[in-house]
Amino acid sequence: MKITPKEKLGNFIFVIPALVLFLIFSLYPILRTFELSVFQWNGIDKNMLFVGFAQYKHILFNNPAFWKSMANAGIITVLALTLQNGLALLLALLVTKNIRGENIYRTIFFLPPVLSGIVVGLIWKFVFDGNFGILNHFLTSIGFSNFADYAWLSEVRTALFSVAVVHMWKGFGYGFIILLAGLQTIPVELYEAAEVDGADSWQQFKNITFPLLIPIFTIVSILTILGSMQIFDLIYSMTRGGPAGHTHVPITKIYEYMSNGEFGYSTAMAVVFGMVLLIISFAQIYASKKLNYNNR
Amino acid sequence: MNIFKIKKILTSTVTHTILIAVALTCVFPVFWMISSSLKTQSQIFSSMSLLPGPLLDILNWNWSNYITAFVKADFGQYFFNSVFYTVVGVFFIILISSLAAYAFSRLEFRGKNFLFYLLIATLLIPIPGVFVPLYLLLKNLSLLDTRTGLLLCYISNGLAFAIFLLKGFFDELPREIEEAALIDGASRFGIYWRIALPLAKPAIATLVIMNSLTIWNEFLLALVVLQDKAKMPIQRGLMVFQGTYITDYPLLMAGLTIATIPIVIVYLLMQKHIVKGIAAGALKG
Repeated sequence: MKITPKEKLGNFIFVIPALVLFLIFSLYPILRTFELSVFQWNGIDKNMLFVGFAQYKHILFNNPAFWKSMANAGIITVLALTLQNGLALLLALLVTKNIRGENIYRTIFFLPPVLSGIVVGLIWKFVFDGNFGILNHFLTSIGFSNFADYAWLSEVRTALFSVAVVHMWKGFGYGFIILLAGLQTIPVELYEAAEVDGADSWQQFKNITFPLLIPIFTIVSILTILGSMQIFDLIYSMTRGGPAGHTHVPITKIYEYMSNGEFGYSTAMAVVFGMVLLIISFAQIYASKKLNYNNR
Repeated sequence: MNIFKIKKILTSTVTHTILIAVALTCVFPVFWMISSSLKTQSQIFSSMSLLPGPLLDILNWNWSNYITAFVKADFGQYFFNSVFYTVVGVFFIILISSLAAYAFSRLEFRGKNFLFYLLIATLLIPIPGVFVPLYLLLKNLSLLDTRTGLLLCYISNGLAFAIFLLKGFFDELPREIEEAALIDGASRFGIYWRIALPLAKPAIATLVIMNSLTIWNEFLLALVVLQDKAKMPIQRGLMVFQGTYITDYPLLMAGLTIATIPIVIVYLLMQKHIVKGIAAGALKG
């Protein structure tokens, strides 16, 4: 069918609402981030002071607090990548074996991910409370009396670790669901054939499940990295970065600078952080491709 | 009993022990939240009993916390605001994204591929901290601290994924019905509205659920955009309440329960759609 220019124009009307919203509220803010990052500006003054890459330089070389926040998010991310995803994989492998109650387990494991970060943070803040929290009550009752009024979230030693535990509690069900969906795409015939050839369950896992699961595990890893590095709601509701900055993460830092009216500086920070995220994601994809080839 | 049978029973026991232990860890904090929401302040300070009182005495548990939370602590207002943002936001996301997705799938226009890839690129590239320029943008448009401003952010945030999912769905639908309708003189919009959209119901259901969860649970933008308590959604309201009445745990837990119950109900009823949406999002990406 031939399409007249008039029809083409009419067709374009279908995308106009989406396009307008997307350009103004998604694309423009992204571009504006880069623009603002080379200005020093408090958001109110008429004149923005052009400073080039000075703010980037300051962030990279003279802002240890920002790198501390990056390291904090890094620690949470590494814990999530290992413990959380390890647990998710173990559970997915256990549930996929056609056991009784598969659906109930699935429903329960995915409950924490559907709750909001604020709700989860505030429940756990109550659980961790030094005086009225059930955690200390439980620990005392089984004999650890030195935890009687230990404030988990205000002590430098445990604050970050406690937040990480909650983050993993909230997140493992997400990886579990994706890995389970991935496992169920592996054809049963492969296992049947392996069985016939006399492969035991470890060999089946090593030679069938694991290689076929690599691409899905990569996706889960990338989602975990992006989600953990950009953690905000849990930190904001549990510690607000305290005690003394020991649980600050990049997004709480960016928010803090913005709240202090340093709009230019906070956007430069966002760009640096975005670049780091991009590099990590690419490294992850690259590594998993390499792993994939070596297995063939 | 032979050795294989023993081994099988042993494996099954270990499996279920692990699964049950993890399941209890998932459920307990939620149970503790609900239980604490029905206690009195003095019960919170003095006892750690699992239930607020004897089970038979359930009517005498401190249910008045919920009335206080709804009326005096503004949770009624926050709750209504959240319902409003979720319903209006999801409606416009579906309407606007389905129009665009239909065009990307079926119609010819200039710059089609470029626009589509631009949209997808914003889905794939991590862009943290956009809330800073968004704040300035809303300020310039005089939309800061308004319901419209927050809604526009929510709608725009949901578009790219919805268009991506719906275009994929429209691509799979057979074209014959639409071509027949076109020959019968139906307009393109009529075909979209009466044929394509009803056929896309499964994909739309997934999108409704996913976006409802996202908007209901959203906090950061609500924090940046809103100052006026009367306009705040419940996640933001919870933080305001917590900042004002730090030790009023029963009331806070009642507020948390109010914020959680709709989500849990939707989740239990619509599980399949949620799981499908997660899997589609992750495995296609």
